Parts: sequence; C-alpha cells; structure tokens
Amino acid sequence: MTLSSGSHPDTSQTATSNLVQVLGLADVNRAITRIAHEIIERNRGLEGIIIVGLQRGGVWLAERLVATINQIEGETSRPIPLGRLDVSLFRDDINLRPVTPVAVTEIPTDLTGSKVVLVDDVLFTGRTVRAALDALNQYGRPSSVQLAVMIDRGHRELPIRPDYVGKNLPTGRDEDVQVQPDGVTLSKRANP
Amino acid sequence: MKHLRSIPELGVDGIVRILGLATHMAEVNRRPVPKVPALNGRTVVSLFFEDSTRTRISFETAAKRLSADTMTFSVSTSSVNKGESLKDTIETVSAMGVTAFVVRHKTSGIPWQLSDWTDASIINAGDGWHQHPTQALLDSFTIMSTLERTPRVDCLSGLTIGIVGDIRHSRVARSDIQAFTALGAKVVLVAPRTLLPPAVEGWPVEVSSSLDDVISELDVLYMLRMQRERMNEALVPNLGEYSARYGLDDRRAKMLSHDALLMHPGPMNRGVEMLIDPASLPNNLIMQQVANGVSVRMAVLFDVLGGSETGAGVVS
Repeated sequence: MTLSSGSHPDTSQTATSNLVQVLGLADVNRAITRIAHEIIERNRGLEGIIIVGLQRGGVWLAERLVATINQIEGETSRPIPLGRLDVSLFRDDINLRPVTPVAVTEIPTDLTGSKVVLVDDVLFTGRTVRAALDALNQYGRPSSVQLAVMIDRGHRELPIRPDYVGKNLPTGRDEDVQVQPDGVTLSKRANP
Repeated sequence: MKHLRSIPELGVDGIVRILGLATHMAEVNRRPVPKVPALNGRTVVSLFFEDSTRTRISFETAAKRLSADTMTFSVSTSSVNKGESLKDTIETVSAMGVTAFVVRHKTSGIPWQLSDWTDASIINAGDGWHQHPTQALLDSFTIMSTLERTPRVDCLSGLTIGIVGDIRHSRVARSDIQAFTALGAKVVLVAPRTLLPPAVEGWPVEVSSSLDDVISELDVLYMLRMQRERMNEALVPNLGEYSARYGLDDRRAKMLSHDALLMHPGPMNRGVEMLIDPASLPNNLIMQQVANGVSVRMAVLFDVLGGSETGAGVVS
C-alpha cells in the first residue's frame, strides 16, 4: 500500500554507518556566498534572473542564495524572484519515488526570456534535473537555464553538468549524501 | 494500491494518503498547463453499464491530465448487445493491453468479480447501492480543503454532517458515511423510515426523521438526489410530501447556521429536494465538489497506476 515499495534508497530500514562530516557550517556559508558571486559575475548582473529551488532539498538553498545576492547587490537593484519547482510527476522513475503532498510548484512569473538558475542540494544521476527541464517548459521559454548545486557526487546517467558547484564529492553508489544548512555528511548504507 | 473498490478496503490510512495526493493534484490543476507526464503510456478504459456524465468525464479528464490514454467502452454500441458475457468483454478488452478499468454497474460487487478476470487495476465508479468510493473521497476532500484542514486521520473531527434523502438506495451515502466517520465526523441521517436501510442500527450514525429538528445543528448539509422512480415502489406517498418534509426551501435555508456548508452529489432534482437556487447560499460547495472530483480522481489514478511497483506498467 505504500508509494515507495521499499525500493527508494532513503527507506528507513537501511541503517547508516560511518558518518563522515564533509562540510561544516562555515564551509556551507562560504560556498553559498561564492556561488552567489559567481551567478552575478557569469550573468553580468541580475537582469532577467530568477532562482528556482527544486523541491524539497533545493528550496532552502535557493532561499539562501536569493538572500545572499540581495545582500551583495544592496537595495539599489530589484529583488530577485524566487520560485519552487516540484518535479515528482515529471520523473521517469515515477514508480520508485513517493510524491510529497506539501511540495508544491510556485513560479511567480512567466519564464519566457528569463535566465533561470535551478538550485538543488545534490546532483547525482541527473534525472531530477531532466525532469525539472520538462516541468519548466510549462511556464514559458527561458532564454537560458543554469544549474547550481551544493554537492556534485558524480554517477551521471544523462548528459547534464552543473554551472555552479559548492563541492565536488567523489562517492560510491552505496553511499548517501545529506545536505543541511549546518553541514554536509556522507554515510555508507549498511544494506545497499 | 492495486484497486480502488470500496472505502473499507482502502482504509483510513489510504483515505488520508489519497487526500494528501489530491492536495498535490489540485496544485497541478492550478498550473498554467495543467498536465503532467506521470502516467504516460498507461491506458485507462471507462466501462459504464449505467448512465453517467459527470463521473465518466471527470475520470477521463483526470486520466488525460496525467497523460494516460483513455478509451470509452460504450455499452449501447458494444457486443454486449449481441449477447457477449461480461467475462468475455473484460478478457477481450484486457487483451488489448489495458492498465485500469473504471467501472460502473448496476450490480453490487461487480468490481470484485472483474478483478478475478483481469490483471488490470479496477476502480469502482459506482456498483449498485453498494459503493461509490471516489465520490466519498472528493466529498471528504471538499470539506477538508474548504475548512483549510490538513490531510490527517482526524481531519473532519468536531463536525456534524447531515445526509438527507434516500439513504437506502444510495451508494454515495454508504461510502460517505464510512469516509466521514473514519475521519472523525459525526453523521446524522435524515430520511423517512422507508428510505433507510434495514441494517441502519448497526451503523455508526444517528438517525432522525425530521429535518427541521436537526438542521440548525449541522456543519454540513448533504442533500441526496431523490430518484423519481422510487415513487413507483410506494416508498414515499408523493413527491410533494417528500419535498415539504425533506426539501431545502427558503425557510430551512434560514435555519442553517451561517457557516454551514451545502453539498449535493448531483445531478440535482430542482423542485424536489432542492427548492431554492443553491447558488443563493454563500457556502454552497456543489461546483467545488465537481472541480475537486478531477483532483481526487487524479490522485486515485496515480496511486493505483503510478505509485506502486505492482500497479505501475502492468499490462495483461
């Protein structure tokens, strides 16, 4: 009767061991600040930029990026629009992942002509990003889409690369990456 | 979940799960393009042996918004008229690669019978007087979302819901009673004795034969359709008397508490159970029920066809 059917990698039965701290609170803050500067630099300002966090792990990161960019650019510039995107109904592995009712899509403007920066916590196979590109299409035709992630853990299954990376982290497929505002940890699944 | 055949089979956890998914689907329906690829490649067949417009179109809209392919099996133009048995019909259509059947039939229990004959999922869209589970789910969702409550096992607690009319012959009433009480509501049935089922003593409800006695206590007034064919069975002396005792007229509308909600499963018999224009009441949810029907049926189709390994992609 459950949606996940036990095949989702984050099921509660899989006990974790060997918890390793990869980034601390200060490291996460520095990475957000650096990515914020890179976004401004790469786009030569903030004209047409909209930051879109992927539900659910990318949303807090997108909020932090918007706050940091507004702080850097000061009161003079217009506030950056912030969106939230849920891609669960666009996935190609839909039978393996539960849908979270509270994770909703909110895109404040028509995206046609805008520069979208997609934000997620971890980039892994690339399938979430592929689904996000499909979902974005329903809100207009952006002039460009860029990708910002806190952790790039490798193992890509699709031709997708990030534009902004907090940290490149080589991982095994039997490991889990947890990204929180106060740090990033890596753990090995006991029963992969 | 493989099938949706009845509210008791779904269970309270299942009801809450569908209500949560429906919240998500309602957001999809508010998007500029209310269509997602979630059920791409699945085929849903509507198999309606009884007349229905809104339920069939609601299911087909829901399936299309999830990108499933839909087919309508119309009994009047089918080989059923040439004497083909129900079993042969189901096996033949199943062999074409169908993922789910949405079934309405005048005989209670048909959905269980069908699931013995096909590997496809069965969704009950009304079987005889027995069950109409998606109606109960959309009614629960409508009350829950109107009152801005969240999908939980007690999301209708503290509410008194009056169901008025022909309870005896109503699959909507049976399913609603089970769903509303499972979610914590108190249900009062209001009907003449002849329109109550013989087994009503065993149900977790209160019973009244006077609408005037209870109407002011209700948080939700749920009017059922009074079927004209019941007159032939002499269960009610005449429609005029039924209307006078159980119809919603101006006098009774004034007795309702000011925030009471008005619901009706449709189609309405104006001049029988509904003697006023329901649109004149600010808390009339009838159109909201229809709109929510699409979101709830999307949730059901997704739960049956997209959510589980057994349900997903099964082609017989």
